[in-house]
Amino acid sequence: MSETSSRDLPGYAPFDPETQPDWVVHGYHSSVSRSPGRPAIPLVQTLSELTGPVYGHGAVQPLDHDLTQNGVTDGAPLGERIIVTGQVLDEDGRAQPDTLIEIWQCNSAGRYIHTADRHDAPIDPNFFGGGRCVTDGRGCYRFITIKPAAYPWGNHPNAWRPAHIHFSLFGPAFVTRLVTQSYFPGDPLLAHDPIYMGTPVPFRDLLVMDYDPEVTEEGFALGYRFDIVLRGRRATPLEG
Amino acid sequence: MRRRQTPSQTVGPFFAFGLTPGQYGYSALTGIADGTMAGPDTPGRRLRLEGRIFDAGGETVPDAMVEIWQADATGRYPDGRSNTGFAGFGRCGTGTDPEHRFVFETIRPGPLGDGQAPHLNVILFMRGMPRHAFTRVYFADEAEANASDPVLSTVPPERRSTLLAAPGSRDGVYLFDIHLRGERETVFFEP
Ligand SMILES: [Fe+2]
Repeated sequence: MSETSSRDLPGYAPFDPETQPDWVVHGYHSSVSRSPGRPAIPLVQTLSELTGPVYGHGAVQPLDHDLTQNGVTDGAPLGERIIVTGQVLDEDGRAQPDTLIEIWQCNSAGRYIHTADRHDAPIDPNFFGGGRCVTDGRGCYRFITIKPAAYPWGNHPNAWRPAHIHFSLFGPAFVTRLVTQSYFPGDPLLAHDPIYMGTPVPFRDLLVMDYDPEVTEEGFALGYRFDIVLRGRRATPLEG
Repeated sequence: MRRRQTPSQTVGPFFAFGLTPGQYGYSALTGIADGTMAGPDTPGRRLRLEGRIFDAGGETVPDAMVEIWQADATGRYPDGRSNTGFAGFGRCGTGTDPEHRFVFETIRPGPLGDGQAPHLNVILFMRGMPRHAFTRVYFADEAEANASDPVLSTVPPERRSTLLAAPGSRDGVYLFDIHLRGERETVFFEP
């Protein structure tokens, strides 16, 4: 028996229907055959939803946050070195400390290390493309990586994904789980990308990093800021 | 200050080297979790959960990721402080099995003590899914507990069977297929 009851734990606000994409996204063909046909059934948050896996600082290795080093075999990876940093918050503005962030991306030529990636662009023997870090006490994270490139994806004729980094976060509970993608400012491919465009206006901007001269390091790397906002607390706690 | 939720985006087809590197044979990164959630020393009854995911056309999905969050055999959710070695969390991609199955080696969760029947909490991710889907796995051989489960009772009776894992041919093996659409569409939840 659990000692904690769901009454002792905060409830979480629902998925925000204004910022979250629908199951079926216009122009994103596989979303038709690969998403539920019937509406999801509302679920009262029980202990099962209010708890969640715990992966803290013990889950990461020293180089996990530095993708320019963690895949090296015989030299530095090719491409534009960048810093991506930001704060993880909830909707109420509370910092989310000690939460695991996992990222993955293609290399500077637009090729993933994944063996299923058939794009005819070179693999970089010194770049793996996966990384992790845990937010600090203020909810902040920082990755060093190589700027990813656009790649073709076959969704429609001449379809190219805008450069992006995939993010996966846990947050404090099972229901705060988030998987998303972050894009670079000013990319002309954004307006042609059904995945990005699947986010309702005007909230698409939430997926785009900001260039930040404060993060940029002299003679080393351009800096980008990407804050991530998870589900907040529920205003009125539900009966558990 | 009120902030707006970061929109979800699909996990895409190439998550495996980042999220499930060990299962897919990538060695540069050590995964935080895989399908082996419990070892021989974990207290509890063995549970092997196997299943496939079917898309709207009835094809098995070869590039999905399934995550499980569950209580231990005593009905307690691991909080990171206990030292049993059971994290309660598992992850498995469907791309390494020839039949596109996910497989979790774990233990049967105990009852939480709040009236809910023993269950596993599931999140489903895949290319084509703009955001992840929540579902639950209950056990077909817990008929009595299932009958009074407050969550199952919110599901239309004719759809409840989509949430039941059925005992397989071997002891401890349970089968749980997920259907994204159609006649047998699995129930998904919005917690
Ligand atoms: Fe991608």
